[in-house]
Amino acid sequence: MAKRIDVSGLSAYYGSFRAIDDISMTVEPRSVTAFIGPSGCGKSTFLRTLNRMHEVTPGGRVEGKVMLDDEDLYGTGVDPVSVRRTIGMVFQRPNPFPTMSIYDNVAAGLRLNGDHKKSELDGIVEKSLRGANLWNEVKDRLNRPGSGLSGGQQQRLCIARAIAVEPQVLLMDEPCSALDPISTLAIEDLIGELTSRFTIVIVTHNMQQAARVSDRTAFFNLAEVGAPGKLVEIDDTERIFSNPSVQATEDYISGRFG
Amino acid sequence: MSQTVMADAAPVDASAPTASLHRPRLPRWAPLGLAAVAAALGTGIGLVAGLDSRIQWGLIAALLYVGLTAVLAGAVEGTRQAKDRLATSFIWVCFLLAVLPLASLIWETVARGVKVLDGYFLTHSMNGVITMEAGGGIYHALIGTLQQVGLATLIAAPVGLLTAIYLVEYGTGRLAKAVTFFVDVMTGIPSIVAGLFILSFWIIILDFGYSGFAGAMSLAILMMPIVVRSTEEMLKLVPNELREASLALGVPKWRTILKVVLPTAIGGITTGIMLAVARIAGESAPILLLVFGSASINGNPFEGAQSSLPYYVYEQWANGNEPSYDRAWAAALVLIAFVMILNLVARGIARWKAPKH
Ligand SMILES: Nc1ncnc2c1ncn2[C@@H]1O[C@H](COP(=O)(O)OP(=O)(O)O)[C@@H](O)[C@H]1O
Ligand SMILES: [Mg+2]
Repeated sequence: MAKRIDVSGLSAYYGSFRAIDDISMTVEPRSVTAFIGPSGCGKSTFLRTLNRMHEVTPGGRVEGKVMLDDEDLYGTGVDPVSVRRTIGMVFQRPNPFPTMSIYDNVAAGLRLNGDHKKSELDGIVEKSLRGANLWNEVKDRLNRPGSGLSGGQQQRLCIARAIAVEPQVLLMDEPCSALDPISTLAIEDLIGELTSRFTIVIVTHNMQQAARVSDRTAFFNLAEVGAPGKLVEIDDTERIFSNPSVQATEDYISGRFG
Repeated sequence: MSQTVMADAAPVDASAPTASLHRPRLPRWAPLGLAAVAAALGTGIGLVAGLDSRIQWGLIAALLYVGLTAVLAGAVEGTRQAKDRLATSFIWVCFLLAVLPLASLIWETVARGVKVLDGYFLTHSMNGVITMEAGGGIYHALIGTLQQVGLATLIAAPVGLLTAIYLVEYGTGRLAKAVTFFVDVMTGIPSIVAGLFILSFWIIILDFGYSGFAGAMSLAILMMPIVVRSTEEMLKLVPNELREASLALGVPKWRTILKVVLPTAIGGITTGIMLAVARIAGESAPILLLVFGSASINGNPFEGAQSSLPYYVYEQWANGNEPSYDRAWAAALVLIAFVMILNLVARGIARWKAPKH
């Protein structure tokens, strides 16, 4: 069920401002790919082009191709809604729905799409919460509001919500940047477990995290503020961190800039 | 680093006599005590100087209170505290000035309104009552107000809600700007103009008769911009992250609005609608033009003249005799109670529906 993503010649704009320029890369199924790079180089923008969330931003526009196996996400007649069901997303700040209980949050994706049977739903909610390593912490208070959980729990709730609709790819935009080290560890463990079922792309500012969780790492950079971000290189994580082929990557990783 | 921090922290207040962190403070009851003293002095000065207006007494007391507080705090606590107390006491005085008219209005209405307000008053019309005599009631006006306001809400709330959803969730470009502009213009329409518009359009051109519905249409014109504005504000308060979270789950936009955005904002939206209802419930000008007014019960808002509470108050007052004045006050009291109950209901709904934490 996990699928390969093949991006070619992708540029994304906010109005007339080109945020990322001519990016091509391949994301292997059932792997974890980490995006690293200085702030503002377009990692979030690029990530959001992968499930057509970029165009939700007013003025957002994309050129180029994103192939999911053999389907172009930006081809004519492709429904962004079904793209987003196939490629899920977890955001930087945990954003559970404040009017819904923990149970309803997890069930939201299925319920809001209208296709659900009550008996199935219970099973899916439990499975997703277990999948997000949250079940044991919340099983006694499924009817309490999701916003009453701690930040780390909320983020895992959002992961449970995202995997409940059984996507094939999971995009995560700095999922740990608002969390404490323990919660971060919990989420990193979770990512390790989720790779058996999903293709995962994760944006992170934390080098150690990229080194710990990812199979491949992509380094993005921008020439100057206001210039579009570019992909510098993508390679096996081990190589990027030990012997990158571009000097800028080594400079960034060793902390000489950025 | 640590040295600069310590250097910054040392002399906070140069006027401090010692390095101690303690400063002399006025006792906790000082503001209340001073207020009592100021009130007593104000009364005393007023009596001695023979000022016959209570307002003058009050103003003297207020000035004395602000002045005394500042002087005393300055002497005991130092200038910074004195400024703080000066501002605080000034705000209290302003608060009292603002609340006083409201309190006296309610007091006056209750005191005069309860005279004839009873079960009979609420359940009888003015049909066949001679205005010079006591008796009669507001049942017909109550029915009229409930029906006219209810119909106006049925028209204005959905239109206003949908307009606001369009403006916040979909509207970009010229059409949205134009709609916003016209909503702004509508906000400023005087009620008599809204009444005249419906009069010329509905009664003169289309040749329908006077009816509660005609009044309701003009009330809806007045209500719509208020609903649009308040709903817009409430929808803008819903964090964009929630919309994105829902869209990223593969939920279509219309469902996202229906199931995520609206439930999050529903408390504020209902409050806004209730306040708009309260606002139009007191309109009398359009009723005068379009519903005509009547002394008897007419339960059909689509045909024939009706009355309404504000119109009733106006009508009774215009009669110019004691029993009519009593009826006017009692009807005003009912109108105020109606609006207050609406407010309370709105607040209750807002609290009940607010996102839980
Ligand atoms: N909503 C937006 N509107 C306009 N410009 C934006 C918007 N979001 C991001 N940008 C710009 O796009 C560029 C890339 O931003 P982003 O993708 O958020 O970078 P990163 O996630 O790598 O920090 C930045 O120059 C940023 O200012
Ligand atoms: Mg980012």
